[in-house]
Amino acid sequence: MSQVVVDVVLKPEISDPQGQAVLGALGRLGHTGVRSVRQGKHFVLEVDGEPDEAELRQIAETLLANPVIEDVELHLPARTTD
Amino acid sequence: MRIGVITFPGSLDDVDAARAVRLAGAEPVALWHGDHDLKDVDAVVLPGGFSYGDYLRAGAIAARSPLMADVVAAAHGGLPVLGICNGFQVLCEAGLLPGALTRNSHLHFRNRDQGLLVERADTAWTTSFQQGQQIVVPVKNGEGRYVAADADLDRLEGEGRVVVRYVGGNPNGSSRDIAGVTSADGRVVGLMPHPEHAVEALTGPSVDGLGFFTSVLTAMVAA
Repeated sequence: MSQVVVDVVLKPEISDPQGQAVLGALGRLGHTGVRSVRQGKHFVLEVDGEPDEAELRQIAETLLANPVIEDVELHLPARTTD
Repeated sequence: MRIGVITFPGSLDDVDAARAVRLAGAEPVALWHGDHDLKDVDAVVLPGGFSYGDYLRAGAIAARSPLMADVVAAAHGGLPVLGICNGFQVLCEAGLLPGALTRNSHLHFRNRDQGLLVERADTAWTTSFQQGQQIVVPVKNGEGRYVAADADLDRLEGEGRVVVRYVGGNPNGSSRDIAGVTSADGRVVGLMPHPEHAVEALTGPSVDGLGFFTSVLTAMVAA
């Protein structure tokens, strides 16, 4: 079994009101040095055997993310060398 | 005329949609998301609500339900399909309509009577209106902000795919005040406001919403 991580973030051109609300709260807490916050989603998938990158990319791009508004980053485990 | 109304887990307005169908003079047919059975209906309505609790993205899980595969195939064959609010989100997630619906720009759930400008009176769901007519129906959503890439918005506008646009204020920050769009063939329509809540004077701000449901009867006669 191996673990695959998929991060989903809104495309840069799509405004993120949730991230902006977090940024506003940070300002009120005195963290004035934070310039911007973008909120996203983090998925951890446990898969049988060696991960199939093509299949995982399809999962990420057709269900976990909506490619109209979101970008995905697929993080496969480092391949173990024998 | 038989018009199906799909119930997903978390649908809220399926009963109101069925009632609107009946008031328009058609027979509402209850459809279940988990079946592969469109029950030979002449048109389909996807109602509002919070299917699957808006998990993942609003409409995302419902768009992958068994019945939606049949809806997508039938829509490609010309079946009229109307998505209201969550139903619009499902249609976008299913790829039947362009764009996506995201968190309202002000982050508040917005619930009010909403003015709309009808820009297309020739889709399967809007022939009862006049082009340029202003109507009032309720809007109620938290993730109703219509977005798409600028180039895609330009293309949609160029193709006349905007069916209804918000007037008298934009309730959710939707790009270019877009409230509803249609497929290239004008058979599939999605909108965030709720026409099924404006079909009787007792409970609605108007009876303008009835026009969506009477339109499809005309469309089916013509087809």
